This record gives sequence, C-alpha cells and structure tokens, in this order.
Amino acid sequence: MADPMRIRAQVTGDKATVRVLMSHEMESGQRKDSAGKLVPAMHITEVTATHNGKVVMTADWGPAVSKNPFLQFVVKGAKAGDKIGVTWKDTKGDTRTDEATAS
Amino acid sequence: MQTRRETLKRSAVVAGLLATTGLFPQYALAYNKAAFEAKSLADVLKALGAGAPTESKDVTVGGPDIAENGAVVPLTASTTLAGVKHMLILVEKNPAAMVAQFNVTDSVEANFATRAKMGQSSDVYAVAVMADGKALFAKKEVKVTLGGCGG
Repeated sequence: MADPMRIRAQVTGDKATVRVLMSHEMESGQRKDSAGKLVPAMHITEVTATHNGKVVMTADWGPAVSKNPFLQFVVKGAKAGDKIGVTWKDTKGDTRTDEATAS
Repeated sequence: MQTRRETLKRSAVVAGLLATTGLFPQYALAYNKAAFEAKSLADVLKALGAGAPTESKDVTVGGPDIAENGAVVPLTASTTLAGVKHMLILVEKNPAAMVAQFNVTDSVEANFATRAKMGQSSDVYAVAVMADGKALFAKKEVKVTLGGCGG
C-alpha cells in the first residue's frame, strides 16, 4: 500500500486552492535497470477529486508526470470546513484515497 | 440443433462487434490509451475527437524558461474561457506527447498545475478542449539541461 497523500486546501474568498502531493514511483517504462532491461511502466492513470463527496474534477495521467506527483487545482464555492478528497489509481490497479478539511 | 461450440463461437463474435462499435459505455469513459501514446499534438487531439488546434491568447501555459532537472518540471495550464471540457498538458518531444488530461466540471476553475518529466528541450503546450470540440492552445519553449526520461 502506498504512503498517504498530503493534501492542503486553502480558502480565499469563495474558492479553495487545493495542493496535493502524492507518493508514487511513476515509472515511465522508458528507463532501463542495471541489467539493461526496460523497467515496465507503473504510473498513476486516474485521479479523482471530490468536494463534500461530489466529484468536481477527474484527470487522466500519462507516464510523463513526475515521480511523487504534485497537483494543484481550484475548487469554486468551497468554504472552510469543507471536505476535499482525492483518489488515485495506478496501472497495477492500486488505489489510495485521502481527505483533508479546507481551512 | 445448435452445438455448444457454435454458441460459444457466435457469442464471441457478437462480443467482438460490440466492443468495436463502442456500445459499452465504460469504454468511452475509460482511460484513453491512444491519446497517451500519440506522438504529436495533432494525433492527441484526433484520439480525443477534438478539432484542429488554433492558437489562443485566452489559454496560458506556464513553466520555467530553463529547467535544470528534466525529471521535475513545474508546468501550469489555465484559461479564462467558459465552457472548457478538458485541459491538456503536452510536451512535444517526449516519447509520448501527452502528459496529463484534466476533465473540468463547473465546480473547478480551468487552472491546473503539476510537475512533468521532460526528455529534452521542447515546446510545451497547454490545450483547452471546449465543449463544442474546438481546441485552443498556447505554447512555450522550455530548455532542459538534464533530461528526465531514461538514463
């Protein structure tokens, strides 16, 4: 199981800026190991963000997103105390969901 | 009378036909593999079913002029336009151009930031695919001192 994500949701006015730091290897499938064999791709493909349980954004990612990915987006109409959740799924089928409270 | 073998064969054919016509809705929503394997901006948009791209001042792409480490290049894509369906980030000279696709809803702003790997110096594109299929893009050149793909 992967390590938890770090999520921060900061409210300014009627919007919340959400910053997410995920912990993932994001193996691109282009790299070779010491024996010269290609390391198979293993990366996050789907990201879903929720605001108080309602899906507000989804994203599809390729292998070119950096290791330990960073993601920033802005949720409209969010208030302090609202729950912001983020879920990711990788090519192995591993998933992880974390939640944070906007402040 | 129909034998079991024939029945199996027929159901396989039907399943194959259904798959190719895209009648299973989950395939339409699933991860768009073709778009992530496409080599150029035009191919990516074709895979997504969007129109030919036009450059627009309303779309902004952000990134460093010179990235010292190609493994971590901070990039942003945003637009002020309403009616955006997807925001895409592309790096032209990567093995596969598409980095990320963000599916925008009414509840989020079309303004995203993430970090990408870049193999070499290249043009970076932010593309806004509108609800009517139009594709608007902005581009910026990012020079990479140390590549981030392979090694």
